[in-house]
Amino acid sequence: MKHVIAVLVENKPGVLARVSTMFARRGFNIHSLTVGPTEDPSLSRMTVVVDGPEMEQIVKQLYKLVHTVKVMEFEPGTAIEREIMLVRVNASPKLRGEILDAARVCEAKAVDVGVTTITFEVTGPPDRLADFLQLMSAYGVTSLAKSGRIALARDQKTAKSQTKSA
Amino acid sequence: MPEQLTGAQALIRSLEYEGVEVVFGMPGGAILKAYDPIIESPIRHVLARHEQGAGHMASGYAHATGRVGVAMVTSGPAATNLLTALQDAYMDSVPMVAITGQVATTSIGNDAFQEAHTWGMSMPATKHNSLITSAEEIPDAIREAFHLASTGRKGPVLVDVPKNILTDTMTWHRPGQIKLPGYKPAVKGHPRQVKAAADLIEQSERPVLYIGGGVGAAGGGDELRQFAEMINVPMVTTLMARGIFPDSHPLNLGMPGMHGNYTATIAMQRSDLLITIGARFDDRITGDLKSFATGAKVIHVDVDPAEISKNRFADVPIVGDAKAVLEQLITEIGSRGAQPNRDAWLATLSDWQATYPLAYEQDPDGPIQQQYVIEELHRITGGDATIVAGVGQHQMWASQFWGFEEPRRWINSGGLGTMGYAIPAAVGAKVGTPDEIVFAFDGDGCFQMTGTELITASVENIPIKVAVLNNASLGMVKQWQTLFYDGRLSQTELSPTVPDFAMFAEACGAVGLRADRPDQVAAVLEEALAINDRPVVIDFACDPEAMVFPMVPAGGSNDDIALSREDFMSREDLT
Repeated sequence: MKHVIAVLVENKPGVLARVSTMFARRGFNIHSLTVGPTEDPSLSRMTVVVDGPEMEQIVKQLYKLVHTVKVMEFEPGTAIEREIMLVRVNASPKLRGEILDAARVCEAKAVDVGVTTITFEVTGPPDRLADFLQLMSAYGVTSLAKSGRIALARDQKTAKSQTKSA
Repeated sequence: MPEQLTGAQALIRSLEYEGVEVVFGMPGGAILKAYDPIIESPIRHVLARHEQGAGHMASGYAHATGRVGVAMVTSGPAATNLLTALQDAYMDSVPMVAITGQVATTSIGNDAFQEAHTWGMSMPATKHNSLITSAEEIPDAIREAFHLASTGRKGPVLVDVPKNILTDTMTWHRPGQIKLPGYKPAVKGHPRQVKAAADLIEQSERPVLYIGGGVGAAGGGDELRQFAEMINVPMVTTLMARGIFPDSHPLNLGMPGMHGNYTATIAMQRSDLLITIGARFDDRITGDLKSFATGAKVIHVDVDPAEISKNRFADVPIVGDAKAVLEQLITEIGSRGAQPNRDAWLATLSDWQATYPLAYEQDPDGPIQQQYVIEELHRITGGDATIVAGVGQHQMWASQFWGFEEPRRWINSGGLGTMGYAIPAAVGAKVGTPDEIVFAFDGDGCFQMTGTELITASVENIPIKVAVLNNASLGMVKQWQTLFYDGRLSQTELSPTVPDFAMFAEACGAVGLRADRPDQVAAVLEEALAINDRPVVIDFACDPEAMVFPMVPAGGSNDDIALSREDFMSREDLT
């Protein structure tokens, strides 16, 4: 089972190495990891998607790193989760119309058009990316680049109402 | 006018500011600059012969004194040599600060001479580490390192200092407030959990206090005694906890686990409540986890939340400092009624102790038994000595047969099991506690790894004593080959004559003594104890066939504890 955790760390050199080394050292499996700045310049936010049934040790080991300030594990549906993907699809002139129609439905944006391919940008919840990828596999995906996931907890007051639309 | 210092001067002054009295180390290219202000500094420097030795000395010093041990070495090979000692200290939660030289910041990454990625390599072997990037950082970085090493779950911290930063000038300033927003070690346990623990204790008929090194690290020996007597609960003391509670106390059952005694090991198995404080359910304690203490609920007190429910689920987790939580438990239990009558449980344990004592036989005409040397030294000194051990059979026997009465007087490598730990650790312990007798029990295999630190001991006038329990083998591995590989010995037999340990000792400036027969043991120990101006090494020609029992085979259930070689061989399930 995949779990999404957000880790607020001190924005210091090497902090990504500390986190990734700890994961390797403890035998935890990282599915994806993103890191970037936050509203507070002294902190960075990591979003880690991990495989495994046992989260308690992972959270505790993250907290054990001196530069870890806060760890949040998101229960399913309690966070806004986003990924971005660039996907290049075979698109002969006679199939282009059909492919672009499908892309419109999935809110995929054509960002580069070549002689025989179209490259789409898809941004959204992980499910939408997966759906689009499956749809495009029928035409032949020639290249794929995917970001890791980023996530923010939903505002408590609206958490329920927004759960379904994610 | 603000004082201008070089980075090197700032480093040494920062160490002085921390109250450091001794640094164990060895100079070299990248750290050279820092060795110049040491000449004027009141800090004593002990010149080790190998950087691993310097690290273990710092560890031995920390064990014996409870203070932070400091090691300082150069870059590259010196830093990699130090890594073993760092990992050792990390596994045993020993407070240490290591200073390593590094190539100049402009050379980092260029495969410069004696460059190693010390920061990266030491990361998983330390509690924390840092790479200094400007001389101005030095006072705060050293303050932070000492703070981290000595608080929460203690451990080694490494500070890597590039050469050019030691040369740069900085404006001296005392370290400021530590800024570690994510580092807040718990002290007091949660009051609700303390109450829940007291509830479980009140309901328990067969409780056992499972005490680990964390109680010693917290300095909680007195509180432990008060608590144990108050609830009248028997106790097991792990390898790292020997001496925290007196072995002579009737509630102390001694060491449990793979080579623990029968009563301590089986008391845990039959218990209905393990009151765990500062211990971590190590595989050497539990054996096969699935069959470990299956009827027991668990209270787990630890300053490191990651230890709780890591190996064994804790019914009542309490994160906090062992001493502080013991005080809370004493108050809570004190406010309640009488504890249930546990006479039957205590009587059962007494019966086991009488039926299954630790035993060996010293044939007056046979080879010297290792246990006999340990017991004779205890008899002659009245137990008034700090005992240091390497790793292997001699270590297990020392833990089993030395009656420990006081904390900080048993120093060994528990978690990592680092052969060669004893001699350098004894050097560090003796530096920290010069008025104590520091006696290392070492194996002949261990001795050959780090015996050159005897030179340090002689030259620096650190009169340690070393008993080599020489069985001309890598005894513990040989024991496993004997028991589990049908006696097929592979690379575990060492030479009975080379090296000549007494001659080796003399060559290193120490006194070399030897005993070949049991009737010489007491006299040679007396002789060694009378020498106080030089280190002494005694080569005891011991029984090469002796084995450590009781024993639970690795990965086996503690229920299958074998009491002796004969017991082991008669058990089809084990052989």
